[in-house]
Amino acid sequence: MDILRFATAGSVDDGKSTLIGRLLFDSKAIFEDQLEAVERTSRDRGTEYTDLSLLTDGLRAEREQGITIDVAYRYFATPKRKFIIADTPGHIQYTRNMVTGASTADLAIILIDARKGVLEQSRRHAFLTTLLRVPHLVLAVNKMDLVDYAEERFEEIREEFTAFASKLNAADLTFIPISALHGDNVVSRSESMPWYQGTSLLHHLENVHIASDRNLVDVRFPVQYVIRPHSATSQELHDYRGYAGQVAGGVLKPGDEVTHLPSGLTTRIAAIDTFDGPVEEAFPPMSVTLRLEDDIDISRGDLICRPHNQPSVAQELDAMVCWMADSVKLQPRSKLIIKHTTRTARALVRDLQYRLDVNTLHRDEAATSLGLNEIGRVSLRITQPLFVDDYSRNRLTGGFILIDEATNGTVGAGMIVDAR
Amino acid sequence: MLQRDYTTSQLDVLEAEAIHIMREVAAEFERPCLLFSGGKDSIVMLRIAEKAFWPAPIPFPLMHVDTGHNFPEVIEFRDRRADELSARLVVASVQDSIDSGRVSEETGRRASRNRLQTTTLLDAIEEHEFDAVFGGARRDEEKARAKERVFSFRDDFGQWDPKNQRPELWNLYNSKIRKGEHIRVFPLSNWTELDIWDYIRREGIEIPSIYFSHTRTVFERDGMLLPDAEVVRRGEDEPLFEAVVRYRTVGDMTCTGAVASTAATVEEIIEEIAVTRLTERGATRADDRASEAAMEDRKKEGYF
Repeated sequence: MDILRFATAGSVDDGKSTLIGRLLFDSKAIFEDQLEAVERTSRDRGTEYTDLSLLTDGLRAEREQGITIDVAYRYFATPKRKFIIADTPGHIQYTRNMVTGASTADLAIILIDARKGVLEQSRRHAFLTTLLRVPHLVLAVNKMDLVDYAEERFEEIREEFTAFASKLNAADLTFIPISALHGDNVVSRSESMPWYQGTSLLHHLENVHIASDRNLVDVRFPVQYVIRPHSATSQELHDYRGYAGQVAGGVLKPGDEVTHLPSGLTTRIAAIDTFDGPVEEAFPPMSVTLRLEDDIDISRGDLICRPHNQPSVAQELDAMVCWMADSVKLQPRSKLIIKHTTRTARALVRDLQYRLDVNTLHRDEAATSLGLNEIGRVSLRITQPLFVDDYSRNRLTGGFILIDEATNGTVGAGMIVDAR
Repeated sequence: MLQRDYTTSQLDVLEAEAIHIMREVAAEFERPCLLFSGGKDSIVMLRIAEKAFWPAPIPFPLMHVDTGHNFPEVIEFRDRRADELSARLVVASVQDSIDSGRVSEETGRRASRNRLQTTTLLDAIEEHEFDAVFGGARRDEEKARAKERVFSFRDDFGQWDPKNQRPELWNLYNSKIRKGEHIRVFPLSNWTELDIWDYIRREGIEIPSIYFSHTRTVFERDGMLLPDAEVVRRGEDEPLFEAVVRYRTVGDMTCTGAVASTAATVEEIIEEIAVTRLTERGATRADDRASEAAMEDRKKEGYF
């Protein structure tokens, strides 16, 4: 059994909570005491139906205001897979939360109301999903019951969205006509839509192939922590020096020739250690400890790769940045802390090339700053070299966060598009 | 050519993520500590810590906030496990907080030291200048926890502000704090109760005996089975009886209920959980029943 992480995009009006509620309920991930609490609260508020959004809206302020404030994580499992849902709110702080939820997602579900068709917000959801390089996208055309389960309506929406998605260079795209309320094509195939030849949503979630979405080609091992036991009693341990980290790309094997950055020195992997014994290969997302044949001065923030496949060693970066703070704006000359893999440095904003309208994709080159929930292409100068790949090639070596030096808040997320 | 399939099992993914989080903390903080209660989640967290730094010892101390109302089997287990790992164990005592007048004991039949723990915990964090505190909380446990970050920022007063949390993207965690502030770190955020048990089974991890079915003298209150113990105040209208029970969670004797169960092995426990229709906190925790937002309110004050 493996794990699929997926993000859901859409507002309450699209039936998102109903869909999540149904997935959780039908997979028995909702318990009696949770359901009773939700029923009780719904009744107290005078709601006629059981409001399943109360399952995910856990904070007092959310319940009081009837809105979702923050990304909520939900868990369920079927015999085939464990699922982690990043449920992102539809209205407030939309961009920031969706970017957060999508950053680790293997798949995103965008909900469309069959009566309303492809709306501006559907395009925005699709754009953000693509920007964050979520490998699989599902367009769930919901409320099919309200359009008489009409194949023509479904096809219209499919054509319109496909035309738009082709401009985005969107990922693997799947269209599923559903009714979350009645359960059509959610867990099992609907009898109301015999014209639909595809699988149910849950079947798709259970079977979509994700193992090859991780970059298994470019070896990238950011050194996270140096393990030196300094044992006085064991000679073997006294000299032990291991480089611990989580594999960010490629497949490492003992005996492989590797290069250390920033030194550029080349050596071989002597062993790949884990608590449970040495392993013959390491690949994402494994957390392992490398021992190398030669003594090289290596510390946290360095990177191990293959001699003929190295990341860019860059102090000048161009990146798409999503700004996440309302207290300050991003503007030229802003000084920030940048955290990229295991390396933390300082960054200077050299230029804001353009601000992107996430609804129209229009590039505003006259923009002088990025405010909360705005996205733009930004040029940064970094105080020390970072070992980077384009985000489109590797989400882990291509993504970074920006931290405000004054407040220590996380104020931005960046996806590298060019490095020098 | 046969293509190798690089699928990773759910427990391996969760373990790798938790190890990454622990190493990140060890690398970026001056004085971390790990909250170890002897409960199943903190036992799993401790095993992850063992794995993350092997063959070196765990590079931070363990801390237990001892209410004085814990199950003796669990305290015995806690001390033995810390010994085996040669780990330093800091015990912060709620009794000491009461004796020094920092908090006062609740009165009445439902008196519990659950809420008092927060003061003891925050005082200990301040005294030892801990800047990162590992906790075994999971997001599937409770709805307020479902919204909490892996690196959860706490201000000078140890408070959590759910409306002003730092966004968390990819596997990048913001560890920047000022002196006096700290971060609560939850490496098991993405684990479910079933994942914990599957992991305990896979790793052959020892757990305290009270998790397994045994015969115990109990009484019933609010549909929960509370133990017959000196620290649990029982009314005359709450008769004692013997029952075959086990504990699904381990907390204070005063507010942790047992569940009727004959599950005597980890395998039987997993079977039992797979078909249960109640959440573990719903079934066993009086402290969460106070109100819809009981956990959120306690967390804001600095609770685990």
